[in-house]
Amino acid sequence: MGVLAYVAKRFGLYLAVLFIGLTITFMLPRLMPINPVDGYIGQIQSRANGTLTPEAIAEMRANLEVLYGLQGDIFTQYLSYLKRVIIDFDFGPSFTYYPTEVSTMIVTALPWTLGLLLTSTVIAWLLGNMVGLVAGYFHKQKAASILEFIGILLYPIPYYILAVSVLLILAYIFPIFPLSPTFPVGEMTWPKVGMIIYNSLLPAITLVLAGFGWNILSMKALAVATTEEPYVTYARLKGASNWTRMTRYVFRNALLPQVTALALSLGMIFNGALLTEIIFSYPGIGLIMRTASTGGDYNVLYGAITLSILAVATAGLVIDLIYPLLDPRIRTK
Amino acid sequence: MSTDINNADPVALVVAPPVAGKKGRRKGGLLWLLNARLAVGLVILLVMGLGSFILPLFAPADPSLQATYMRNLPMSNVHWLGTNSLGQDIFWFLVFAIKNSLMLGVLVAVGVTIVATIVGLSAGYIGGAFERVVMLFVDTFITIPLLPILIILGALIRGNTSFFTVGLIIIIFGWAWDARTVRAMALSLREREFINMARFSGANTIDILAKEIFPYVSAYILVGFINTVLFAINTEATLAVIGLSKVEVPTLGSIIFWALSYNALFTGQYAWIVAPIIATVTLFLGLFLTSTGFNQAFASRRGVS
Repeated sequence: MGVLAYVAKRFGLYLAVLFIGLTITFMLPRLMPINPVDGYIGQIQSRANGTLTPEAIAEMRANLEVLYGLQGDIFTQYLSYLKRVIIDFDFGPSFTYYPTEVSTMIVTALPWTLGLLLTSTVIAWLLGNMVGLVAGYFHKQKAASILEFIGILLYPIPYYILAVSVLLILAYIFPIFPLSPTFPVGEMTWPKVGMIIYNSLLPAITLVLAGFGWNILSMKALAVATTEEPYVTYARLKGASNWTRMTRYVFRNALLPQVTALALSLGMIFNGALLTEIIFSYPGIGLIMRTASTGGDYNVLYGAITLSILAVATAGLVIDLIYPLLDPRIRTK
Repeated sequence: MSTDINNADPVALVVAPPVAGKKGRRKGGLLWLLNARLAVGLVILLVMGLGSFILPLFAPADPSLQATYMRNLPMSNVHWLGTNSLGQDIFWFLVFAIKNSLMLGVLVAVGVTIVATIVGLSAGYIGGAFERVVMLFVDTFITIPLLPILIILGALIRGNTSFFTVGLIIIIFGWAWDARTVRAMALSLREREFINMARFSGANTIDILAKEIFPYVSAYILVGFINTVLFAINTEATLAVIGLSKVEVPTLGSIIFWALSYNALFTGQYAWIVAPIIATVTLFLGLFLTSTGFNQAFASRRGVS
């Protein structure tokens, strides 16, 4: 199969996945027995102490349906939804922060989420791979199994437990970090940047711990398998040092699947952002989603979900397209 | 962290060597299965499982009812872990929480395993256009991030949900990874001699799937099952911690939700927050050791460990 045909096929799959993903997010709330417009009207009416006339309510309903793309039959709604999302990348206004556009809210929060999550994901990946490599390369020695043990202990712990424990230990028992972090928004000055970094350390530590265990275990398993390969034995017989064998022979070959994993977990960032940001009240996409879900602010929720579907699908596409460049064995096939 | 990636279970995927070896199981006991990891894992699961299912029979009162006892009592002979700010006994709440979480985990895992096995096996074995369409859906479901979807659903059905609706939703959005793994195994089996043998002997597709391929992949399905239990408990607990599950039902997540929302950290009620942390870590460690232990045992059984 030619390169072009491969790229075209993979890209077609990408579009199809995006399309189905968007369709499912569109259908989801409409299959639910609850209508957001009714909810909004109920809220407004309770604020007005029920003084609204039926005509005013009917008018409001019509207005809201236009605003949130709910007018017409389901097929018309679907088409206009696709048009808005794909062509204009417009999710309409937020309900809670009307008339702020959802896309504006997302753009403001995005740097926060990306800054925290990208950094901690990459650090966890680097550390985990180093520890995993040593644990895997020296897997016949007792000391190495202690390293693996760290991974076994850390990996199955659910993230929320990790976050609460770290909070308990580093903010309460040893008050190194603030219990309720503050993140100044607005114009950035150096002291502000310092404060943000200091306050972000706690969520970053939990994120690194959470990703660490997985990377250790996975790299260890890969390194053990690679260490048994004939070319590593050959390197030993020709006199290459332990260090050279570990880094140049085992590491480089065991790294490939880990690169895939890194790219995938970068795509999953929004998933991870949610819990971290909620627990540490960090002002990113996750916190916006949390607020939106309490206030029934659906446009914001759809905006964030669409963004995460886009991120995951794109990460997958990029991996598949650059993989042949990284692994010469695939290229020759 | 990345919930969906955890769901993919790196260890099973990475440790699992390519399917190789003889079909069928050696007669005479299951002792070959035992290794240190599996033993420790099974003991933890057995103790916690039996404990959480038998103990509730002796519970003095339903721990989910509020204001049963005085509030904020310290640890004592009557209340082993004290009582919380809602007037519930922490020890009994925790016991019920483990029971409910385990039950949800097992139910979701049964659902996910059935769907994933049927979809994965049929896609891998039948192939062709059918496989392409099915895999398109699998890929899409993998791409849809679970947590945001659950949050939307949580916001939509807030308060009107039952505990088991939450489980159902986790099944709907959680089967895809496992289906992918099963399909990969079915693919590698499709061209094997004994499958051709069965086909030439006149077995139809359903027969081959059920009698030839299923026994072969059942070991992996078992490991996948345990991992799904882990994943389901984790997902529900995560939802509960942010208050979007049915938080009135005691689960490992809802107990932390209440502790956090009553600021147990500030008021110094350590037992309320530390006890569920220890219980959760132990339970998850037990599940994880069991799953990797099984994996190791099956691998060494095939002589490729």
